[in-house]
Amino acid sequence: MYVAVKGGEKAIDAAHQWLAESRRGIPETGELSVAQIRSQLRLAVDRVMTEGSLYDPELAALALKQASGDVVEAVFLVRAYRNTLPRFLYSCPLDTGTMAIRRRISATYKDVPGGQVLGPTYDYTHRLLDFTLMANGETPRGPEPAEQPLEPCPRVLEMLNREGMIEGPDGETGAAAADREPGDITRDPLSYPASRDIRLQALARGDEGFLLAMGYSTQRGYGRNHPFAGEIRYGEVAVEILPEELGFPVVIGDIEITECDMINQFGGNETEAPRFTRGYGLGFGQSERKVMAMALVDRALRARELGEEQDTPAQDEEFVLSHCDNLDASGFVSHLKLPHYVDFQSELVLLRQLRQEYYQKADKASEKHDNAGSVSRQESEA
Amino acid sequence: MNLQQAQSNDTGGYNFAYLDEQTKRMIRRGLLKAVAIPGYQVPFGGREMPLPYGWGTGGMQVTATVIGPDDTLKVIDQGADDTTNAISIRRFFARTAGVKTTEVTTEATVIQTRHRIPETPLRSGQILVYQVPIPEPLRFIEPREVETRTMHALQEYGVMHVKLYEDIARHGHIATTYAYPVKVNGHYVMDPSPIPKFDNPKMDQCPALQLFGAGREKRIYAIPPYTRVRSLDFEDYPFEIQRWDESCEFCGAADSFLDEVITDDQGGRIFVCSDTDYCRQRQQQQQPAVNEETCP
Repeated sequence: MYVAVKGGEKAIDAAHQWLAESRRGIPETGELSVAQIRSQLRLAVDRVMTEGSLYDPELAALALKQASGDVVEAVFLVRAYRNTLPRFLYSCPLDTGTMAIRRRISATYKDVPGGQVLGPTYDYTHRLLDFTLMANGETPRGPEPAEQPLEPCPRVLEMLNREGMIEGPDGETGAAAADREPGDITRDPLSYPASRDIRLQALARGDEGFLLAMGYSTQRGYGRNHPFAGEIRYGEVAVEILPEELGFPVVIGDIEITECDMINQFGGNETEAPRFTRGYGLGFGQSERKVMAMALVDRALRARELGEEQDTPAQDEEFVLSHCDNLDASGFVSHLKLPHYVDFQSELVLLRQLRQEYYQKADKASEKHDNAGSVSRQESEA
Repeated sequence: MNLQQAQSNDTGGYNFAYLDEQTKRMIRRGLLKAVAIPGYQVPFGGREMPLPYGWGTGGMQVTATVIGPDDTLKVIDQGADDTTNAISIRRFFARTAGVKTTEVTTEATVIQTRHRIPETPLRSGQILVYQVPIPEPLRFIEPREVETRTMHALQEYGVMHVKLYEDIARHGHIATTYAYPVKVNGHYVMDPSPIPKFDNPKMDQCPALQLFGAGREKRIYAIPPYTRVRSLDFEDYPFEIQRWDESCEFCGAADSFLDEVITDDQGGRIFVCSDTDYCRQRQQQQQPAVNEETCP
């Protein structure tokens, strides 16, 4: 009997109910609170904030809860919510030099002013499952705070810059870019070629996994750009706004961010002394993997501006920027689940016709061959 | 409708039809440009919608922008009103805009569609909103936006004809069966969205306004009423639409697009109208007569 996909309304309602039940899990286990997710799954929260491009740890935690821990789904929830928020004004550029440091490392100098601060990192943990976490709810205590506050931590690349050994933070186009209002891809569609501010915004919102693979590919020779992790810093910075009627900046709050400055291979020619170039990455919360990958890709995408060959995927602006957004990507991949009866039917009709013609031709050919008493060629064709 | 009225609407904290008025204004500007340059892809600041990209966010943004409280909305997917995504989108607007919805093509003032044009001819005053996945007809020949923009500007469409010619050389037919490229108003080659080529002739000189929204790709384009829309072809290989030997199992239609439905695992199958409203209207008309025999 004909049983098509009818009764969709009831099915959708039932699916939503079932989903809610599955999300809650076994009722006998305690329900996760948003506060627990926010404080105990903080790195997931940070990723959702970064790719959702909305700094709100509580909403990001809520999104993770609602999405049963599916990060891409949580990013989607946050983006859709963010889209409905009114915009009052743009903040002043963050001064990451004044960051309240939690972690700060440089791979290019053994010691730097302010020192190397390891901070809370998984880097040197042995990846052995810790079964005590499963067995009891022991609360580990952090180390005692240092008695002396940290010395000021100037940005490592600024010290190199003072020597003229590296290009300025804005790269070659520094002067021109500083005068221009930065673009905003959430208001205006991406168009190509894109300027660096636009590229950085797209990369900051881009999928961590995608950027990681792209950055990795540059390390394996597909657009190699000789990176050094000049500095990675994570901590709190103040966000300032400049209300027109006041005329001076006002702090509206602190946010946690991670910043990565990559130092890359130098250029130079007859008119310009050789100097290092830069790649830059920035993300909300503690998002080191993301910002390092972002810095590698940012540098790779500067190939055109720096007069380098552009023959690898990571250097291809349209390829990277058009495919780095996980909302775009997961939406379009998942839409394959939607019905395509009509298009498929169209292909069926054509394919049947083509096959029919093929067999008619084959039949004719075999008749001819039969008449000639030869079947060998027909067999080889089949 | 002004902003206050819009916001006072009981839509659970969201503006009328979800999008804020600023965004609608931006999209309307894009739509006006699109109507003024038929077939040209206008970039617009597409927003995230609460449905995934690829599921109709472009069409939804266009619908949200053109719809008013007095409109009646119909949403179809694959020609059917009762496919899950069509239901989901119809519910979305019923909830956020509180508009009347219908399944009857002739009653609707705005019809959002995915992959089909209704069989019932559209009339003047109706708006047909298409959901578009890939707005660029040249995309699979030239992946780069910078290149395709130039090709459109120079009407450099030779590659498209070469592609169709290669089909003929290889298969003996043009092997494009849906999203079949059209030329609009004698200038732009346009992707009609993945409708079957069966529907292409309905776009030509259509009395209704046809709007196309691609959310992920952030493009809008349009065909104003009564515009020339030609499907690309060759003199010796003229454009043809699909034909079936069968007719609809339910209403007997021999002139509508038929979906094939597999009824068992022994190769049994029937054909039914893809347009559910068209099929139902026909069945209702046949009702007064004795319905012992549905096939004409």
